[in-house]
Amino acid sequence: MAGQEQTQPQSRDSQVDEDIPEAPPAPPEAQASASTEGVDDLLDEIDGVLESNAEEFVRAFVQKGGQ
Amino acid sequence: MTAAPEPAAGGALPAGGVMRVMGAETEYGIHAPSAPSANATMMSARVVQAYAQVTRQRAAGGAETRWDYTDEEPLHDARGWTVDRGAAHPSQLTDQPPVLDAEAVALAYGREELELDGQDESGTLLMNMVLGNGARLYVDHAHPEYSSPEVTNPRDAVTWDAAGDLVALAAVRRLAADPDLPPVNLYKNNTDNKSVSYGSHENYLMPRSVPFGDIVRGLTPFFVTRQIFCGAGRLGIGQDASASGYQISQRADFFEAEVGLETTIRRPIINTRDEPHATADKYRRLHVIIGDANLSQVSNYLKFGTTAMVLSLIEAGLAPKVEVYEPVQALQTVSHDTSLTATLRLLDGRRVTALDLQWMYHEAAAKLAQDTGVGDAVDGDGHTHDVLERWATVLTQLDSNRAAAASSVEWLAKLSLLDGYRQRDNLDWDDARLGLVDLQWSDIRPEKGLYYRFLARDRMQRIVDDAAIVSAVGEPPADTRAFFRGKCISSFGKDVVGASWDSVIFDVPGYGRLQRVPTREPLRGTKTLTGALFERYREAGPFLAELLGHNTAPPAA
Repeated sequence: MAGQEQTQPQSRDSQVDEDIPEAPPAPPEAQASASTEGVDDLLDEIDGVLESNAEEFVRAFVQKGGQ
Repeated sequence: MTAAPEPAAGGALPAGGVMRVMGAETEYGIHAPSAPSANATMMSARVVQAYAQVTRQRAAGGAETRWDYTDEEPLHDARGWTVDRGAAHPSQLTDQPPVLDAEAVALAYGREELELDGQDESGTLLMNMVLGNGARLYVDHAHPEYSSPEVTNPRDAVTWDAAGDLVALAAVRRLAADPDLPPVNLYKNNTDNKSVSYGSHENYLMPRSVPFGDIVRGLTPFFVTRQIFCGAGRLGIGQDASASGYQISQRADFFEAEVGLETTIRRPIINTRDEPHATADKYRRLHVIIGDANLSQVSNYLKFGTTAMVLSLIEAGLAPKVEVYEPVQALQTVSHDTSLTATLRLLDGRRVTALDLQWMYHEAAAKLAQDTGVGDAVDGDGHTHDVLERWATVLTQLDSNRAAAASSVEWLAKLSLLDGYRQRDNLDWDDARLGLVDLQWSDIRPEKGLYYRFLARDRMQRIVDDAAIVSAVGEPPADTRAFFRGKCISSFGKDVVGASWDSVIFDVPGYGRLQRVPTREPLRGTKTLTGALFERYREAGPFLAELLGHNTAPPAA
């Protein structure tokens, strides 16, 4: 009964070295603050992370119904 | 029916505080930017499939297991009746395995690709897995969903829910590394901002003796207002986001009823689905559908902790005696008011803010916790004191120091980023870049997800450390039946042919028939009760023989 998944091709396994990703190291006790300090720096970083072509990307994110 | 799996009864949890059996369900938004018209069910199945491949690397013998639908009762209504199947919306029939047929595959990638590889895949794509940590990973409608294992406290709820995000991440990585498949992004959010919403649900075990009307009365004002600390924030107003602006909750605009059975249409503030997944005459499983999916650990922690606390108030008959006038409208009023100054009308004529209502609940909860002793900092249950403290801290900050609250309250953290962009670049609320920030906040990849960029800069507080979350990807909680389920998968996966919340089914060589081990008591099957048994056996046969109390012969079922 458990056979269905056993029939999946195994060849891809060897190509992938990703397992459960390592989480980033835990910082010391978070001194989190949303103060305006570093906001420019933060925005600069996030500029570099944001997907390109915002309008098209957001438009294409269409979901089917869920609960 | 076979014997119960444990040799002794599990102990009850301390009453009056935040401890109770609970769990989280997260439906992820799914998107393949390079294949935008791809079939969502197909892609979701590929996510499950990808994780099956990941776990095969880690668990010899395979960790995939079919779901046992025997005890699913999605049409049982907690108010005391059952909906006729013919009258139910098709999406309510969650007790039937979903079918991914060749037609769906063809729709997804075209006939040609079906010829190439779909034929085989369509017959074998995995739609359900039970994981070694006791969770379920499966395809729910058109989304991959991770249902956490049962835990006993809000800290563990955060841990095993966040572990689900790592499960999803592992699947995303796996698909990204496959040159034959389009990369898939997963988002821990609740709407596409084009009129569709998908849920993140909470489940809480309650004694069946508590009248459902008490639950509705006690919870509704709380659910209308708890979003001020556990809303995830949303750009756009209205189900289709046709009006511009920012609101507190992802989900609020999608709720249209006060009480009801549905979860996909006419969504109710109080959901009445009554599938206890446990001994039905003792327990009900309160199925909460109104929450936002949270990445913020503090928001998630408070969502579970305060709700569990309010259920304790209801069980004790001590919930605040308040009733909100037109709660669906009030829910949206609160969500649309980021100033937190809007007032809600109570049936007794008073007008109060969301903060006022939350303080009423906090006051009642603190008193109950003190009277029962569970809230004591030293001699309490180890959880309630912390929840009450953090709840009070966040309410105080929301009133007087919102910059501080933004390190824990998810909608405020996201708002601080949106405000930064608005100020720096002079953006209007309907600018597409802000829409992208709202969406990408919830990307589960640490390098792309903006929440994770905040976390890396210590702009968000943590409740649990990363090592605990990583550990929870593979390890079940020790103190619920999820331990038994998870260990059965990780120890005897090759002989487990099915599992559900309240059963594990073995197909052991030498036994003439399947062995279904019921796990109807959520606080049994714990590490204390069954840990030694798992250590004693390497093979399922002798393990089952001792568990089921017979030495050699299979039991007569």
